[in-house]
Amino acid sequence: MSVKLTNRQVGEVTVIDAAGRITLGEGSSTFRDSVKEMVNAGQKKILLNLGDVSYIDSSGIGELVSGFTTVSNAGGSLKLLNLTKRIQDLLQITKLYTVFEVFDDEAKALASF
Amino acid sequence: MQDPNSSWMVLVDQRLESSLETVDSCEERAKTEAMRLGFAEEDAYEIGYAVREAVVNAVVHGNQYSANKQVGFGLAASGKTLRILVEDQGRGFHPDEQADPLASENLLNQSGRGIMIIRAFVDELRIEAAAQGGTRLVMLKTVGGETPGPDAVSNS
Repeated sequence: MSVKLTNRQVGEVTVIDAAGRITLGEGSSTFRDSVKEMVNAGQKKILLNLGDVSYIDSSGIGELVSGFTTVSNAGGSLKLLNLTKRIQDLLQITKLYTVFEVFDDEAKALASF
Repeated sequence: MQDPNSSWMVLVDQRLESSLETVDSCEERAKTEAMRLGFAEEDAYEIGYAVREAVVNAVVHGNQYSANKQVGFGLAASGKTLRILVEDQGRGFHPDEQADPLASENLLNQSGRGIMIIRAFVDELRIEAAAQGGTRLVMLKTVGGETPGPDAVSNS
């Protein structure tokens, strides 16, 4: 199964609930396109909920970075919520923990914007 | 099939098309054989992940999705060690020429992390020139994380 993205608005923050696999091909481009559309629509506070993402490959990690850069360059911020142990490990291996703000509590994440 | 010249039992020896379907099938086959060999679920996940990254490199960067080029995929077992071969027919790959993905100036690069993650997930990784001019990745991982001895590497 490729990734399924569901958006919800909580105040000024757009929360993207992602589920499935973010891998090379459809899964990663879906995320990239979704973030670009949001930024173009003026939504620049984005919280990506990865709690139901079972797998992310290096292409998917690249798409997270691309999304982070797109939002940051537009003056906004993209933060991560509910990482599984496997995704936490990948962010450690790739040192991306130093790039992304990561939360395991949605209320705290929302308050941080 | 037992290779008569080595202690490796060949489990898989395939030439596959350069497609994303090949990526998925190699990942699944590697995980299945790893579980059969006695690897724990988390180790099998890491093996499947390493295979996926290696085959993506072969399909996308090596063979560039060419219908005229194939991906070589091999699995072999010796005792509790799994050997994985992934080979492309591209123009060759020199890891020393790749930008360090952990350098601060490269952290926001969109690509270039696959080899680093493979290294983290297997006990040993060798990157070689393949016979037809492409690149061959040889990965070794042992149940329980024991480092393979030199014979395991030289008998390839």
